[in-house]
Amino acid sequence: MDRRKSIKALLIGTAASAVMIEGCDTKDKKKPVATNTPSINEDDRMAEEIIANKNLREAVFFTPDEMATITVLADIIIPKDAVSGSASDAKVPDFIEFIVKDMPQHQIPMRGGLRWLDIQSLKRFEKAFTAITPAQQLQIVDDIAYPEKVKPGMKQGIAFFNLVRNLTATGFYTSEMGVTDIGYAGNKPNLWTGVPDEVLKQYNLSYSERELKESIRFEN
Amino acid sequence: MGDTLQVKKQPKQYDVVIVGSGAGGGMAAYVLANAGIKVCLLEAGPDYDPAKNSSQLKNPWESPRRGASTKFRPFGDFDASFWGWEIDGEPYTHAAGTKWEWWRARMVGGRTNHWGRISLRFGPKDFKRKSIDGLGDDWPIGYDDIKPYYDKIDKLLGVFGSMEGLPNDPDGIFLPPPKPRLHELFIKKAATGIGVPVIPSRLSILTKQINKERGACFYCAQCGRACKVYADFSSSSVLIKPALATGNVDLVTNAMAREVLTNKEGLATGVSYVNKEDLQEYQVMGKIVILAASACESARLMLNSKSDQHPNGISNSSNVIGKYLHDSTGAAMGGVIPQLFGRKRYNEDGVGGMHVYTPWWLDNKKLDFPRGYHIEYWGGMNQPAYGFGFGIEGQNGKFPINGKTKEAGGYGASLKEDYRYLYGANVGMAGRGESIALESNFCEIDPSVVDKYGIPVLRFNTKNSDFEIKQAKHMKETFKEIMHNMGAVITWGDNAGPENDYGLANPGNIIHEAGTIRMGDDKKKSALNKWSQAHECKNLFNVDGGQFVSQADKNITWTILALSMRTSEYIIDQLKKQTI
Repeated sequence: MDRRKSIKALLIGTAASAVMIEGCDTKDKKKPVATNTPSINEDDRMAEEIIANKNLREAVFFTPDEMATITVLADIIIPKDAVSGSASDAKVPDFIEFIVKDMPQHQIPMRGGLRWLDIQSLKRFEKAFTAITPAQQLQIVDDIAYPEKVKPGMKQGIAFFNLVRNLTATGFYTSEMGVTDIGYAGNKPNLWTGVPDEVLKQYNLSYSERELKESIRFEN
Repeated sequence: MGDTLQVKKQPKQYDVVIVGSGAGGGMAAYVLANAGIKVCLLEAGPDYDPAKNSSQLKNPWESPRRGASTKFRPFGDFDASFWGWEIDGEPYTHAAGTKWEWWRARMVGGRTNHWGRISLRFGPKDFKRKSIDGLGDDWPIGYDDIKPYYDKIDKLLGVFGSMEGLPNDPDGIFLPPPKPRLHELFIKKAATGIGVPVIPSRLSILTKQINKERGACFYCAQCGRACKVYADFSSSSVLIKPALATGNVDLVTNAMAREVLTNKEGLATGVSYVNKEDLQEYQVMGKIVILAASACESARLMLNSKSDQHPNGISNSSNVIGKYLHDSTGAAMGGVIPQLFGRKRYNEDGVGGMHVYTPWWLDNKKLDFPRGYHIEYWGGMNQPAYGFGFGIEGQNGKFPINGKTKEAGGYGASLKEDYRYLYGANVGMAGRGESIALESNFCEIDPSVVDKYGIPVLRFNTKNSDFEIKQAKHMKETFKEIMHNMGAVITWGDNAGPENDYGLANPGNIIHEAGTIRMGDDKKKSALNKWSQAHECKNLFNVDGGQFVSQADKNITWTILALSMRTSEYIIDQLKKQTI
């Protein structure tokens, strides 16, 4: 059901006859501008935003080599596991590609960090990061992934990896796959009936008589 | 060669010209239009209707930046405000050492499209503060003057809450409040345990349907995006739309008001404005002019409206316009509740704001600062957005994850487990309090800077005083106690000391600007009389936050709405009596 039609259908409801409506598929009907770019929501934008977003989509920052390294790193940080897919599966590299154009403050730390990483790889293995084996990649990552275990000369790598971890996690857990993984259950029309009983019990909490009496209730 | 620039006078003569379509302007348009009065409503921004323009129920991945903030939408990509801390082509300036932060929304409905819906009545004490503690000034009106209007707007606009019988937080005519969420139950237990009251919040959100035009809330927690079924209060949906439906309002959007026009008797005759689309100059004439462009923008208009009769700006012989500028105080703290790690998932959205809050509860005689503050709360299983997961290296080494102690940071399947385990355990609180309105805090016309339309801009000169700094210190101490009593671990907001004013927000940051066109009985110390009517220009009114003498520990929107209704009814009465 078209989201707009379902919103119209929601313009009903009193406490006596409030209706429980499941959120419906919110697939954006507008065609995406470029196949490898996240879809831009434009039906609610100011004119100035539409121009700014278009310019961002058309700009290029990362080179193909940099994008390849970002993809390897993102999939090390968020791999496929029993619950959900990898960062690549969730198109996180595309998100990172966009976000550094949108937020220029990330550009130097990312570009510089990627080159720092390749220099590490060249020093250790005489090849760039994407050209070494997964085990060799993890040797380097193990030296920069733990901020409380810093070896000499690795501090800048720690800062870089923290940034990539942040951007990868944010890109993943705001994707459809990631939202499902983390278990966020909201963003749909519903009726707030309070904390579920078994959860109240779990924490030894309860609603007061007054809260039960005076809070909004819904009868079906 | 094309035509050179000319001024185009609108042929229609209106009864009232209103500048600004937010809370004050929207209410004035609504009341006047429903009384058959012909209104021209000028709005600096474009059209906005939540039903059409809201981003409500969009998923995080539908924004390429996952809901992050931009200069166009500082509260986030899905937020309902057009512009905010800056507007292209419309600068403002600061006197040296000033840190004023100015939020300007440019859209039909103004800031009421994205605001927090916190709808608190002023109490009796809030109108008579000078009589109580000797600071600032008393209002020329009292609670009894405004109570009938609070009652009317509670019923007209809808607000939920609970009857508490508090002496200075008057009860309203309330819809039922929603039950507290899990973190709010934790807060309630901890705070009441140390004598800090926690009661249902008072938000203008419809838990029950009140008319055919608006739907009831469906608990998506996205009021900030504006509601497509009009279940929360926005001036655009609740006031402007019905006002237009009367046929008595001509709404002119993208109209940036330049100045109030006057005649040689010194009376207002209309407003000149620039049309932002064709960049041509226009004038619209009216018998009455109402300014509701926000406290600072309305002051700017008055100061820029100079004439022989009003050499210092319109109705400004007192020289108070722009002065006594003040905002709410603000300081905050937050962290995590380890008991909530690994929590069971369910839909915890609720309404777009806190279900509980703390009204001011102490006696100032025992404190080292005047006035008070209320506390707002947040937390829980929020919708992921840009920033989700940031800084996990500061947490996943500090707390055992599913019973396992891990090294901070990391990567891989183990890291995914960490994000899942830690999700939904965050909690935060902020104080919103009353600052003292001082003559030494003000905005004025910058002598040399104009915006892209050639309108002289405002220069701000404000700083927090010791009164506010001490209040922020108290906020931090209180929050710390509540957090500890809850078993929460503070992760931010605790580095508070005199060197950073105890985390007190810069003036303007809380976005409750008020005081610049204050009302009073003494014409030498005020710009308006008790009907929000300019002392020296009886057909000019101000119905936004400018008229406030002080602003209480309550957010000001509900009082702006009540005062605007009151002033509009006064105008109707005066028009009938032909005194204006």
